[in-house]
Amino acid sequence: MMRALNSLFAGFGLLLFTGGFRDAFAAGAVEGGDRQGLNVSAIIMFFIFVAATLGITKWAASRTRSAADFYAAGGGITGFQNGLAIAGDYMSAASFLGISGLVFATGFDGLIYSVGWLVGWPIILFLVAERLRNLGKYTFADVAAFRLEQTPIRTLAATGTLTVVAFYLIAQMVGAGKLIELLFGLPYLYAVVLVGALMIVYVAFGGMVATTWVQIIKAGLLLGGATFMAFMVLATFGFSTEAMFRAAVDIHPKHAAIMAPGGLVSDPISAISLGLALMFGTAGLPHILMRFFTVADAKAARKSVFYATGFIGYFYILTFIIGFGAITLLMNDPAYFKVAANGTYNKITDILGGTNMAAIHLANAVGGSLFLGFISAVAFATILAVVAGLTLAGASAVSHDLYASVIAKGKVAEDKEVRLSKLAAIVIGIVAIMLGYIFENQNVAFMVGLAFAVAASCNFPVLLMSVFWKGTSSRGALIGGFLGLISAVAMVVLSPAVWVKTFGFKAALFPYDNPALFSMAIAFGSIWLFSKVDASARARAEREAFEAQYVRSETGIGAAEALAH
Amino acid sequence: MAANDTLHIRHEPLFQELVRKRTRFAWILSATMLVIYFGFIAIIAFAPKLLAQPIGNGVTTVGIPIGLFVIVSAFVLTGIYVRRANAKFDPITRQIMEKMK
Repeated sequence: MMRALNSLFAGFGLLLFTGGFRDAFAAGAVEGGDRQGLNVSAIIMFFIFVAATLGITKWAASRTRSAADFYAAGGGITGFQNGLAIAGDYMSAASFLGISGLVFATGFDGLIYSVGWLVGWPIILFLVAERLRNLGKYTFADVAAFRLEQTPIRTLAATGTLTVVAFYLIAQMVGAGKLIELLFGLPYLYAVVLVGALMIVYVAFGGMVATTWVQIIKAGLLLGGATFMAFMVLATFGFSTEAMFRAAVDIHPKHAAIMAPGGLVSDPISAISLGLALMFGTAGLPHILMRFFTVADAKAARKSVFYATGFIGYFYILTFIIGFGAITLLMNDPAYFKVAANGTYNKITDILGGTNMAAIHLANAVGGSLFLGFISAVAFATILAVVAGLTLAGASAVSHDLYASVIAKGKVAEDKEVRLSKLAAIVIGIVAIMLGYIFENQNVAFMVGLAFAVAASCNFPVLLMSVFWKGTSSRGALIGGFLGLISAVAMVVLSPAVWVKTFGFKAALFPYDNPALFSMAIAFGSIWLFSKVDASARARAEREAFEAQYVRSETGIGAAEALAH
Repeated sequence: MAANDTLHIRHEPLFQELVRKRTRFAWILSATMLVIYFGFIAIIAFAPKLLAQPIGNGVTTVGIPIGLFVIVSAFVLTGIYVRRANAKFDPITRQIMEKMK
C-alpha cells in the first residue's frame, strides 16, 4: 500500500515544473520572497493556536472509539458547526491571500474569480448534499458504489480522491513553506515539517472530531480577522465605498480600469471551461463531500450548505474590500515596497513578498504589529486546517475504500480499519513533507486548478450519474470516470500553461488552460455510452437495484440504520 | 432494512409527489444559479463595456453591484431551498415514514 501510494505521488511529481498557469488558480499560489525577521508576536499567537488545537485533539481522541467516530465524528456535528467547518475547509490561505492579492493587482477581476469559487455551493445543495447524507456512510465512494460493483467503483473513487488530494496537498505544502518562511522567519524545511507533523497528529489521534473543530476555530478566527480589517478600511473612508473606490482609482497605476473587467477573462470557451471546473469541481472535492457524513441527517446536511454559502460569500466580499484597502492604504507608502536606488518602485509588483502579501501588509497598516502577528498566525492556522482535512480524506480512501472494500472485501474488523486509516494518515503526511521539500522551488500554482479539473471530471460525474441515472452500470462508470480523470490530466499537461511555459515546447497541443468543458463532456458522454452498451447480467441487476437506492436517496429511509451498526 | 421493504414506497403516491415537487424545484433553482453565473461570465466575455459604466457621477461602476448580486444570489437561493425543504418536503417525508410503520 505504501509503495503504491508513493509511486502514485511520485507520478504526479513529474507534472511539477516551473511555469505559470494563466487563470484563476494562479491567484491561489503563494509566491516566495524575502524572508522576514523573526516575528515574535506571530509566533506566540501561533503557539497559542497550536496548544488549543492539541488540547482539542486530546479531547477528541478520548471520544473517538468507533470507525463512525473516526471518519464522521459519529454524525454528531450540527448543521451550523458543519457549515463553519465546510467554510473552513474551503477558505484556504491561498484564497484569502490570493484573492485579496488579485484584487490589489487588478481590482474588479478579483471579484470575477471569487464569484466563480462560490457558485458551486448552491448546486451542491440542490443536487447532492441530501442524497449524499442519505446514501453514504464515510466517503463519497459509499454513495457511488451503493448499487454498483464494489471493487471497480471503489478503486476508481479512491484513485480520484487520492489524485485530487495529492495535487491539492502539494500546492498547499509548498505554499505553506513559503508563507511561513515569509511570515515567521522560519526556514522553509522547518515550516514544511512542522505543518506535516501537526496535520499527522490532528488526523491520526483526533480523526474527524479534531479535524472538524480545528476547521471551526480557524474559520472563526479567519472570519473575525478579515471582518476587522474590512471594518478598519471602510472606517478610514467614513463607510463610503464610493470614497474608497475613488481613492483607489486615484492611487492605482491602472486607474479607472480597476473598476471594470480587464483582460483576465477574454475568450468565452476558456471562461466557460473555468466556470465549470470551479462550479462542479467543488462538488467533487473528497474532503468537502466527506463533511456531509458528519451530521445527523439530510436536514442538517442541507442547513450546513446554507451556512457555508453564507460564510464563504461574506468572506469573498471581505477579501474584495481588503484588496481595495490594500490599494488605498499601501500603494503610496514606500515602507511596504522594494524601493530602487533612485527612490521609485512599481506600485504592484514591487510590494514586499509579492502581491499575495497585500492582505498581510494591510493587517500591519490597520492594526499594527500585534494584529499583523494575529493575521500571520491565522494564515498559518488556515493552512494547517486545510491540509488536515485533505489528509483525512486521503487516509479514508485508503482504509475505507481500498483496504476494507477492495482488498479485504468488506471482511475487516472495525478497529483494524481505523488503525490502518491512522497509518495511512501518517504515510500521507510524511509523503507530503517530502514532496513539499522536493518541490520547494517549483511553481505549483496550476496544481489547485488540476485538482478542481479532476474533481469535476472524475468524482463528480461518477457520483451524479450513479445517483441520478438508473441506466448507469459499473462498467460505464468505471470507463467514464477513468477517461474523465486521464483526459483532464492530459489536457492540462498539453495546455499552453504546462506544455509551452513549463516544458518549453513551441506550441501547445491543447489550446485551453482549463480542460473541464471537454473532460467533463468526455466523462459524462462515456459513462452514458458504455452503460448503454453494457448488456451484461450484472448491469441488469444494477439497474434493478436503482429503485431501492432511489427511495433511500430521496427519503433517507434506511440511512439511520446504516450509521448505527 | 431490507431493500424489499422500501421498494413498495417507490409506487406510493406520496413518494411520487415528493420526488416530483422537489426535483422540479431543485432543477429550477439550479438553472437559475447557472443562468445568473454564466450570464455574468458571458457579459464579461462579450460585452465588458457594459460593466464598466460608472453609476451617476461616481467612480463605482455597475459591475460592482452586479458582482455583489451574484454572490448574494447564491446565498439567497440556498436560503429559498432550505425554507421550502423545511416547510414542504420534510412533512411529506415524515408522512411516508409514518405510513411505513
